[in-house]
Amino acid sequence: MAERRLRVLMAKIGLDGHDRGVKVVARALRDAGFEVIYTGLHRTSEEVAEAAVQEDVELIGVSILSGAHMALIPPLLEHLRAHQADDIRVLVGGVIPEKDRPKLVDLGVAAVFDQDSTIAEIVGWIGREFGLPASASPSTAG
Amino acid sequence: MRTVDIDFANRRQLARLITQVENDPEAAAAIVRAVWPRTGQARRIGITGPPGSGKSTVVDQIIERARAEGARVAVIAVDPSSPFSGGAILGDRVRMLRHSGDADVFIRSMAARSAVGGLAAATRDAAHLLDAFEFDVILLETVGVGQSELDVMRAADTVVVITVPGLGDSIQMLKAGVLEIADLLVVNKADRPGADETAMHLREMLRMAPPSPGAVGAVGAVSPASAVARSTSQDVERAPVSAVEWSTSQDVERAPASAVAGGHLSQAWNVAWEIPVLKTVATDGTGIDALWQTIRRHREFLRESGQLGARRRQRVEREVLEKVEQALAAHLRSRLAGQPGLGEILARARAGDLDPHSAARAILDHLLKG
Repeated sequence: MAERRLRVLMAKIGLDGHDRGVKVVARALRDAGFEVIYTGLHRTSEEVAEAAVQEDVELIGVSILSGAHMALIPPLLEHLRAHQADDIRVLVGGVIPEKDRPKLVDLGVAAVFDQDSTIAEIVGWIGREFGLPASASPSTAG
Repeated sequence: MRTVDIDFANRRQLARLITQVENDPEAAAAIVRAVWPRTGQARRIGITGPPGSGKSTVVDQIIERARAEGARVAVIAVDPSSPFSGGAILGDRVRMLRHSGDADVFIRSMAARSAVGGLAAATRDAAHLLDAFEFDVILLETVGVGQSELDVMRAADTVVVITVPGLGDSIQMLKAGVLEIADLLVVNKADRPGADETAMHLREMLRMAPPSPGAVGAVGAVSPASAVARSTSQDVERAPVSAVEWSTSQDVERAPASAVAGGHLSQAWNVAWEIPVLKTVATDGTGIDALWQTIRRHREFLRESGQLGARRRQRVEREVLEKVEQALAAHLRSRLAGQPGLGEILARARAGDLDPHSAARAILDHLLKG
């Protein structure tokens, strides 16, 4: 009777006020059968790390369109380590220049998706990463 | 029997234990057994109301008032799951983010999953955990409810029902259901047109409730004799014999278990507590001080009247019986799966040769013989 559902926290960190993309992804993850905690706009990395701990998520999806990812992601990873929660994987999405992707991965980000990524790619990656059955596929195409 | 080793100062472990009670009934049993002796101190306050009525914002304000008094505060905020994918978007936390960074506030979002009563199946177990982790106030926020999601009254000491202006006329308020379980009624968004009217309708509804309890109670549809027969431990618990003479735990113990499981709810529950109708504007804090003070006053009322203990004893009794029912149902389902005659009966029902009642009866007969 046990029922495990992947818990994912979706967050916007920093000053950018565009939340359409993150909402579309949140909705798609819901349709893929995940439990998605949405924390809204203008969060700090400390807030996100703390919410992730309280919500016991396995994955944090951060959307950054402002170009400030190299300034905002390291503190998030740092706060997760401070909470002894660096086993929580971090996925970054948004406008991320090619040259920054390996840097983010080196810092400890699990995956980077850009504005050209499809919902199916994101859900597919999550499914593989967390060993979920293939049936957990989105009902909406990206 | 599994044993559980718990560090009651570790928030990460608390969060993980909540996930376990959500996902795994056997783990839940071991965890609740481990923490049970530490429970019973927290004030459990239920917040319910229709979608968009401002529950999360009211919760946010209550957190602030309770923190100002030094209480450690936990929240379980339930949102619905998709009936199709089973997934959920849990967004209540957005309204409460200013408490981030406060080590004495713990907020947990929870998907309702298959539960339909306004809370998740694991909400009570999670509340037991938070209680054991020494949170003084536990706020249980339901999904946005319609008229009949009543789980919260079986999980909370005090139930706050929130409504907003413009949802319906006085006829809506006459209908039975969620308004009846309120210990406090709140008209939120009271800066909108129609708030006074809504509050007035609610007060009228309350005045129309039978002034006195007990024997007559809420059983208008049945004869006096069957009213007595149907009397449940809830009635005993909720209805004072007179305004001053409160029933005791012995009454609960004498009440037959079957009556509790199928029991209706008497309006006499609140007989010596006049249900207040409060107006708030949660977004700017208007009326919240009065709301918090009234919640505190209700707590005092429960304590002084003896109802706090009575409600809790009744709650535990109900929780036990529900668990027995769930286990029985699961057991029966697994036995049914292996029944050779079952397919045939179902096929006849599908073909229309057998009505649903008769088919169910036939399956039961089959099971009870076997």
